[in-house]
Amino acid sequence: MRAKQMLATMSHEIRSPLSGVVSMAEILSTTKLDREQKQLLDVMLSSGDLVLQLINDILDLSKVESGVMKLEATKFRPREVVKHVLQTAAASLQKILTLEGHVADDVPIDVIGDVLRIRQILTNLISNAIKFTHEGKVGVKLYLVPEPPFAKEGSQHGSDGSTANQSTTSASKTESYTSTSKTSSDQNEFHGKKNEGLCQNNSHREPGTPVTNGTTDGSEEQVELPATTVWLRCDVYDTGIGIPENALPTLFKKYMQVSADHARKYGGTGLGLAICKQLVELMGGRLTVSSRVNCGSTFTFILPYKGSTSCDSSDDPDDLSDMVDHDAMDEDETAGFFQFLPRTLGSLFSSNGSSRTQKLMPHNIGYAKSHKLDGLSENCYSFPMNNGPPKEIDSAVQISSEPGSSISHSWDPDNKSWICSEKSQAVEMKINTSGPQLPPKRQKKPDVGSLSKLNGRQQVLKNSTTSKPKILLVEDSKINVMVAQSMLKQLGHTIDVVNNGAEAVCAVQKHGYDLVLMDVCMPVMDGLQATRLIRSFEETGNWDAAAKVGIEQDSSQPGHTSPTKRIPIIAMTANALSESADECYANGMDSFVSKPVTFQNLKECLEQYLG
Amino acid sequence: MNQMAIAALKNQYKSFVQSMFDEGVLDNQFSQLQDLQDSSNPNFVDEVITLFCNDAERIITEMNRYLNYQNVDFSKLDSHVHQLKGSSSSIGAHRLKLACVNLRQASYERNKEECVEAFNSIRHEYCLLRSKFQFLMQIERRIVALENNQQ
Repeated sequence: MRAKQMLATMSHEIRSPLSGVVSMAEILSTTKLDREQKQLLDVMLSSGDLVLQLINDILDLSKVESGVMKLEATKFRPREVVKHVLQTAAASLQKILTLEGHVADDVPIDVIGDVLRIRQILTNLISNAIKFTHEGKVGVKLYLVPEPPFAKEGSQHGSDGSTANQSTTSASKTESYTSTSKTSSDQNEFHGKKNEGLCQNNSHREPGTPVTNGTTDGSEEQVELPATTVWLRCDVYDTGIGIPENALPTLFKKYMQVSADHARKYGGTGLGLAICKQLVELMGGRLTVSSRVNCGSTFTFILPYKGSTSCDSSDDPDDLSDMVDHDAMDEDETAGFFQFLPRTLGSLFSSNGSSRTQKLMPHNIGYAKSHKLDGLSENCYSFPMNNGPPKEIDSAVQISSEPGSSISHSWDPDNKSWICSEKSQAVEMKINTSGPQLPPKRQKKPDVGSLSKLNGRQQVLKNSTTSKPKILLVEDSKINVMVAQSMLKQLGHTIDVVNNGAEAVCAVQKHGYDLVLMDVCMPVMDGLQATRLIRSFEETGNWDAAAKVGIEQDSSQPGHTSPTKRIPIIAMTANALSESADECYANGMDSFVSKPVTFQNLKECLEQYLG
Repeated sequence: MNQMAIAALKNQYKSFVQSMFDEGVLDNQFSQLQDLQDSSNPNFVDEVITLFCNDAERIITEMNRYLNYQNVDFSKLDSHVHQLKGSSSSIGAHRLKLACVNLRQASYERNKEECVEAFNSIRHEYCLLRSKFQFLMQIERRIVALENNQQ
C-alpha cells in the first residue's frame, strides 16, 4: 500500500508543477516575441514535454514491475478502440501516410479486458510506426486466433484438471478452451459453447457448424467455467525504415534505441516498447516483432480476453432492425474496416454513425441522407465548396467506412466540388474540420478523456418529426437519473422519470410510452416485476395482474388505449448475477444497457428501438 | 491578462483530472460526465459531484451505524453498499467502486471483521476522492468566475 501511495503521490506531485511550467511556456508562446525568444521558448516546450512523457513512462513501468498495476476488466468494443486510436493518430499526423485498420469478422463485438492499457499499447505501437515511417502506410489488423502454445504452458484452465496434455488445435479454426485432447464432437461443443458466450449474432453467422449436443450448453465440464476466453491477435504494421536484425533482441529492453544515431535523429526515451511488453505479458499475452530494413515492420501482440456474455441486441427474429444487423454481419467484406487517407484533400464534412437521422454539415456543405441500404447501390453526393481547389486548403480529411463500403473521392474542377460516390450498406463518414494551420503540434500522449469530441456530438440534430418519442426512465438512484437525463437531453429527448417499478406501472397505465428504460434493482417493486405486469396488460388488455399486487388504476384519468402495441422495455443492469440477461428476457424485456450507462450505449439503444 | 490565467487554470484542471485517471481514482465514466457539460448544462459536473458526495456521505454514515451493532444486519448493509457501488460506478469513481465490491463480498460471506476492513477502505477512498473533487471544483469555479468577469 505504501509503495502504491508513494507512486500515486509522486506522480501527482511531480507532474503538477511541471505541467504548470509547460502551461506557462505555452501561454508565453502566444505573446509577442522576437525570433531569439521564440527559439528559446521552443526548446523549453519540447524539453518540458519530453520530461513529462518520461515521467509518465517511468511511472507506468515501475507500476507494472512492482506489481501495483491493477488490471481492469471492462467490457469494450475492439472495433471502436481501433477506430479511435487511429482517428487520434490521424488527427495529429504531420506526414503523408495512410492509416488503416482491419478488424476481422470473427472478432466479437464486445470483449472484456483492460481497455485503457490496451489502448495505451496500441497507441504506443502506432505512434512508433508513424515515427519511423516516412511514406506509405501504417495499419492495424485485429483477428481471432486459436489459443497460442505459450498459454498452455501456464494454463490453469483445464476444468477437469487435465492440463498436461499439450495437443493443440492450431490446425483447426475452432477455439479450444482447455488443453485436453478432445474428440471432434467435443470440439463442436466447444464451438457451440463459445458462440453462446459471445454475442448472439455470431452464432447466426456460422450456420454450418453443427452443435452435436442438441443444446448449446456444451459438455458438463463447461458449466463450471465462468466465461469463455478469446485470443485476439493484433498486428501493427508499417512500410517504414525497418529494424536491422541485430537490433531485434534488444528492442524491448529498457532505454534501448536501435542505435545512438536513431536516438539522436528520432528522439524518444526508449521506454515505450519496454512498457508495452511488460503490459502485454502482465495481461497474459506476448509481444513480438518482425521486420525488414527499408521495407517495414510488424509488431504483433496476442492477448486473451474474456468473451462478453452480454449482448445489446435482442435475439427476437421478429425484430426487423435485428435482421438488418445480421445481414450486415453476414457480409463477406470485413466488418470493421477503417481507412484514413493522407492529408491531401480539402473538403471537410462530418457525420455521425446513425443511419436514420439526417445530419447538417458545417461550412455550407450540402449533404444528402446517408441510408442503411438493403442492397448495394450507388449514391452520389456532391459537396459544393467555397474554398477553391484542393491545394489551397490545408485541413485534414479522414474517412472511415463501416461494413461493406467503398468510397471514392474525386475533385470536380468544373463545379468546384467534391463528388463522393459510395457503394454501401452502412456508411459512416467522419471528416474533421480544422481551421488555419496550427503551429506544429507537439506529440502528446492522448488523454483518456479527450477522445470523445471527435464524434461531433454537437452535430446530432434534434428529431424534427412532429411527434417526439415519449420515453420513461425508471431509476431509483438520483445520480443515475441525473446522468441518464442529461444524456437523453443531449440526444434531443425529454423524458418522464419515476423511481420504482410500481410508479412505472402507474405511469404506463396513464400514458403511452414509446420506450421504457427500466432499472432492475429498485425498492418497492423491481424492474422485472414491473415489466411482467406491463406485458400482462399488453397480452390481456387489462390491468388485473397489477391490481392483484395493489396497483390501482387512477380512475380520474382515462388509461391509454392500445394494449396491442408492445412497448420496448430496456433493462439497465449492473450485470450482477441477479440481473442476468436471460432473466431480463424471460421477464419480458427486449434488451438491456449495462451500467454505468454511457452516451454511446444509450444512443445505439434508442436508434434501435425508436428509429 | 485574464486570458492567460484562464488558460493556465484550464490546463491545471486538465492535468489534475488526468492524474486522477492515471491513479485509477477515476475511470472513463467520468469522461462521459465531462462530455455532458455544455452551454445548456454549464455546471453539470459540479452538480453531479455535489449530489454524489451528499449521497455517499449519507450512505457511509448508515453503513457505519450498521457495522457498530453487535449483530450486523448484513442484508441491509448490502443494499446500502449496492447503492454506493451504483453511484460510484455512474460517476466514474473507480477505486471507490472496487472498494464497494470488496464490502459486498465480505457482507455476502457474513464476515464482520472483513466487512469492517472493507468499510474502512471505502471511507478512505471516499475521503481521498472528495478532497480531489473539492480541489477540482475550486479550479473550475475560479475559471467560471474569471470568464464571467470578462463578460
